[in-house]
Amino acid sequence: MPAYLELFKLTKAYPSGAGSVAVVKSFSLDIARGEFVCLIGHSGCGKSTVLSMVAGLTPPTHGGVVLDDREVDRPGADRGVVFQAPCLLPWLTALENVLLGVRKVHAGKSAAEQRRIGERALALVGLGDALSKRPRELSQGMQQRVGIARALALAPKVLLLDEPFGMLDALTRMELQDILLELLDRDRKTALMVTHDVDEALFLADRIVMMTNGPDAGVRAVVPVPFERPRIRADVLEHPRYYELREQLLTLLEEEEHKRALERAPARMEAPQTVSP
Amino acid sequence: MALKETTVRVLHRTGLQVFEPLVRLAALEEPKQQLSRIAIHLGMPLLAMLGFLLLWSLAAARIETAYGTLPTPGQVWDEGGSLVEAHFETRRAEEAFYVDQQEQAALYLAEAAALRAGLDRTAGRERVKLEKQIGRLEDRAERAGAKRFTATPTYLEQIVTSLKTVFTGFVLASLVAVPLGILCGMSPAFMSALNPLIQIFKPVSPLAWLPIVTILVGALYTTEPQEAWFEKSFITSAITVALCSLWPALVNTAQGVSNVDRDHVNVSRVLQLTWFEHVRLIVLPSALPLIFTGLRISLGVGWMVLIAAEMLAQNPGLGKFIWDMFQNGSSQTLARIMVAVFTIGLIGFALDRGMVALQRCVTFEGAAA
Amino acid sequence: MAFFELKGIRKAFGSGNRRAEVLRDVDLAIEEGEFVAVVGFSGSGKSTLLSIMAGLIEPDGGEVLLRGRKVRGPGPERGVVFQQYALLPWLSVRENVALAVDKVFRHWTRARRREHVEEHLRLVNLSEAAHKKPRELSGGMRQRVALARGLAMDPEILLLDEPFGALDALTRATLQTEVARIWQERRKTVVLITNDVDEGILLADRIVPLTPGPQATLADAFEVNLARPRGRRELNRLPEFQRIRNEVTCCLNAMVRTRGARLPEADAERTAAVPEPGPVCSVASGI
Repeated sequence: MPAYLELFKLTKAYPSGAGSVAVVKSFSLDIARGEFVCLIGHSGCGKSTVLSMVAGLTPPTHGGVVLDDREVDRPGADRGVVFQAPCLLPWLTALENVLLGVRKVHAGKSAAEQRRIGERALALVGLGDALSKRPRELSQGMQQRVGIARALALAPKVLLLDEPFGMLDALTRMELQDILLELLDRDRKTALMVTHDVDEALFLADRIVMMTNGPDAGVRAVVPVPFERPRIRADVLEHPRYYELREQLLTLLEEEEHKRALERAPARMEAPQTVSP
Repeated sequence: MALKETTVRVLHRTGLQVFEPLVRLAALEEPKQQLSRIAIHLGMPLLAMLGFLLLWSLAAARIETAYGTLPTPGQVWDEGGSLVEAHFETRRAEEAFYVDQQEQAALYLAEAAALRAGLDRTAGRERVKLEKQIGRLEDRAERAGAKRFTATPTYLEQIVTSLKTVFTGFVLASLVAVPLGILCGMSPAFMSALNPLIQIFKPVSPLAWLPIVTILVGALYTTEPQEAWFEKSFITSAITVALCSLWPALVNTAQGVSNVDRDHVNVSRVLQLTWFEHVRLIVLPSALPLIFTGLRISLGVGWMVLIAAEMLAQNPGLGKFIWDMFQNGSSQTLARIMVAVFTIGLIGFALDRGMVALQRCVTFEGAAA
Repeated sequence: MAFFELKGIRKAFGSGNRRAEVLRDVDLAIEEGEFVAVVGFSGSGKSTLLSIMAGLIEPDGGEVLLRGRKVRGPGPERGVVFQQYALLPWLSVRENVALAVDKVFRHWTRARRREHVEEHLRLVNLSEAAHKKPRELSGGMRQRVALARGLAMDPEILLLDEPFGALDALTRATLQTEVARIWQERRKTVVLITNDVDEGILLADRIVPLTPGPQATLADAFEVNLARPRGRRELNRLPEFQRIRNEVTCCLNAMVRTRGARLPEADAERTAAVPEPGPVCSVASGI
């Protein structure tokens, strides 16, 4: 399959002392149109940096990103980003928050049409009756749904999700995963998601990319997920290979963690008190 | 290196972190980074200060007042020096005076002793006369020894008086404000009872309190001046300071006490702590940072109020100094008042830093857990 | 007669139009030495339920019974470990534990209380850090202190309110293992409030789902008959573990779906008629 989104030898390095430290080094990945790929790794392993480079928020030191045969080097409406915190403007309603981007991207359309686009996006995430609510009236899960709607309403070519459910409790997370899955199954969006939750990755992704721990983070392993779409949670859990894949991923994660713990052990001894009053 | 870390810690405790890069630079720790920090945190303030002095010097020469031209920074500095010098001058004069008096007394006593030696050889009226004379000499010696040096208070003495007054007022205010604040914070009923009074009295200027306080002190403090421990003006000033600096401490204490973490209250409830245990073990330690913040603001307010109070109450402190300078205008007036302004500013700053240091030593440094 | 019992607990907050019933008809019976996990959504009234068990909140109706006797108000026989640790920041680790021990065992000699504190610091592997203040500790270590404090009070029942919710995945796993070990040593009666199904299966004898609020109540329980000690890796391969995990997950997922049904599916249908917004937007405008 031809690559729709291509990440080519992405490297992000920061100057440190005499030389420089690469958070991510030579990270390459091809994503097909309509494919859902999950990046998985421990916190601080550089997976968010990769996503941020794809989003154009962090310029890569080397390498580049090609989307639909065009190189991208700055943020754009062709890539919708959902962050861990929904970052809604508290003085705007849910709809107004969504419309903020819609007005910019669909500038040629009439106000009524823009409004319909916004309403539709909110309805898709199950917030059709909460259009005029302000963020503080919404639960965290609902706020994050507004965040997803905001990204969807721009009709991006790819959806970039940076631990979008990381701040939610396990059960609300499940609820939002269902919503996201339904959306994706409906119009086969291409998506790249960062997570550290193995079950989430298995449930949503077509392919799971395990990352090594930074510095010099790269691809550790790529695990294809064989479950058929459209997916239903109960069926996925009952799939004969589910627990086998889960164990494979958990083992990989654990190995990475042990490596990191070994590297960090001496450093931790040296810095017991870094809290400043 | 231990010395370096200790010094840095002390600087942090006293809120003088700006000097930290200097210490680290002295220890040759990442000199490049330290230099840039010094440039921002020490260089820039220094630059601003120089700019201020420059503008002042330029302006000073052009402004003519009834008391002569506006003094330049240099003149003010010199005036400050001469005020300090005057203090030591007076001290030396005082010392000389007492030495003088001692010598005088010693002379009288020696004479008396000489006469007493001849006392046995006399009798009758002669002896009575001699005894009288000895008595007179001894009286004189005693008086010479007891004679006090009198002079108008020097500038440094006035500073000390001001500090004594402000601390008296501040302690009075704290003694009232903290317990009241704790009660307010613990009991919503008490709080809502006191709140209107607090809100009404809080914005009242010291100038409004002062006449009332003066009259009340005049009426109630009737001890004879010779027997009194304190001057009336001192008490008036201190009470006015107390009245004005009461509120920040009261409000902050109440706030600190009523905002004790719910979880901590729950811990106390699960353990079934008694009311006193609850206050001592949970409430006070939690509220301490805010109580101190309140006290710190109070001391600042007190120091500001004090100058006005001293001017009007004629308490021999910095306020009176400024007032006197203003009244008997001379060519030095402006320079001296400016010295006083800088003194007041620097002492206020030092008091604030002192409170910060105290707060950091006593409280748990706003840790969240 | 059960050891610890909730009977017909009801609780509402607010008044008038804004009155919201959080819990309705909650019944639960726990045997002595049992480890029960209540699994529920955030905002479903889990913490309210625990506060009622602890006596920190008074229920509107129903009663809480310990050994058949009705409990009123909080007390040290029901130890609580809070999600946000609730340590006193001005006290050291040792002093935090000692505060509870000194209060609960005031009739003991000083030496005996001291030894009791040290014993519990050892139990949670914190003897080394006993002199430190909470702010010098990581979240996981703080929760260990809270756990030591809860256990040192020697309560008849220990209530854990999402104790690992604020910790990262790895620390959470370590502490879960630790709690499992301690429970095997002590065999305390424990109620664990959590939103993590795996946590429930790893630790509990029984998992009780709490339906999403408002008017939350307890659904049918799942027995967890897995041998202890339970290793995370070994569990993953056990068919019994997989069965329970799938059952509980699907049960909770179904609750979400019924809740979702109350949300405007109809709306989605109506607006679905609106044509899809233009798919291509190649100009990278700075959004």
